[in-house]
Amino acid sequence: MTMNKIIHFKLDGVDCQAEKGQYILDAAAANGIWIPSLCNMKGIKPHGSCRICTVKVNGRPMTACTTPVVEGMVVESNTEELNDQRKQILEMLFVEGNHFCPACERSGNCELQALVYRFRVAVPRFAFQFPVRNLDASNPRLIKDHNRCILCKRCIRGIKDKEGRNLFAFRRRGHKVEISLDPELAGSLTDEQAQKAMDICPVGALIRKEKGFDVPIGKRTYDKKPIGSEVEQPTVNE
Amino acid sequence: MRKPVIATASLAGCFGCHMSILDIDEKILDLIELVDFHKSPITDIKKFGRKCDIGLIEGGCCNSENVHVLRDFRKNCKILVSVGECAVMGGLPALRNGIPVAECLEEAYLNGPTVHENTERILPNDDELPMILDKVYPCHEIVKIDYFLPGCPPRAELIWEALIGLIQGKEIKIPYEAFKYD
Repeated sequence: MTMNKIIHFKLDGVDCQAEKGQYILDAAAANGIWIPSLCNMKGIKPHGSCRICTVKVNGRPMTACTTPVVEGMVVESNTEELNDQRKQILEMLFVEGNHFCPACERSGNCELQALVYRFRVAVPRFAFQFPVRNLDASNPRLIKDHNRCILCKRCIRGIKDKEGRNLFAFRRRGHKVEISLDPELAGSLTDEQAQKAMDICPVGALIRKEKGFDVPIGKRTYDKKPIGSEVEQPTVNE
Repeated sequence: MRKPVIATASLAGCFGCHMSILDIDEKILDLIELVDFHKSPITDIKKFGRKCDIGLIEGGCCNSENVHVLRDFRKNCKILVSVGECAVMGGLPALRNGIPVAECLEEAYLNGPTVHENTERILPNDDELPMILDKVYPCHEIVKIDYFLPGCPPRAELIWEALIGLIQGKEIKIPYEAFKYD
């Protein structure tokens, strides 16, 4: 076994080290620096679709979750410009769907919500769309609520059956695109798979039936600690 | 110095945000030293008799009366604050936004499981009644809103800090735990 080659890069002026081939987002975390992300999840192949993790690499915008570190790279992440862009994306996601936090089983454990908390979005700057979307509760174990789906594809990328077949897929096109659950494969969905799907979903679009609201307010993941504090302690009043 | 005057209203809300104002507990004694309350469910003053400094709005706009009250507040308050999820984003009332108004009314007055003795199948249509809007709107999509306090309800701490900040013109520090959408 060969040792992974260590390379060097600069992130927000800090000298950092990375293993060759490591993505910027993961290398940053290994150096104790948090880069916000949403469609990315540890253990699932990165996708680079939500653009929250966009950083500037040698002055050019790149997604930190899909761009490997290269020797001598200069990366900017925690800048006013990039943070405002992140905020804008979050606000767009909020008005583009129907995110009614007080009525959502995922509230307090939701990554989208946790990010708007951390970025202190008091109100989205864009007009609410209130799109008409449906909710599919036909599966015996899993509810699919398209109102809350942000189309990050984490369920598509992360949930497979024993033969490696996808349980989830996109259907339809453009602004009508939505997550579909293979009716045949999903008929035999186990409780474990349903739980995994719910855990993989960053928002409340996949909810296990007869589950929810089982953790009291104050004890949920993001009630006391902001998202990203597992990597880096946020600065005061952030 | 004249005390700042506060007015409050609950539009399409549940009065939970007003309850949260009361949740500042004994600080309410400090508050009445600092401000006067004018038009508000707390004072039961129905009409604006003077200009107010701060208007606190709970709830979004679901009918024509809400719009009327909100515009009246905008006219009479120097600073208007959206308080809580419903005022800021439409909140739970906005869950009806994907359902046509006719369907909502039919469910409520004709077909719902709790409908009793509406044999003539009447939908409320008196001229005195406010018209239901096509959707529930956040307040800032109807009038200009100056500040937003999220939460369902906003934590008492957040309301207190924001009021003190507005009254004393101080920059406020809101702890992470007090900034929530639910």
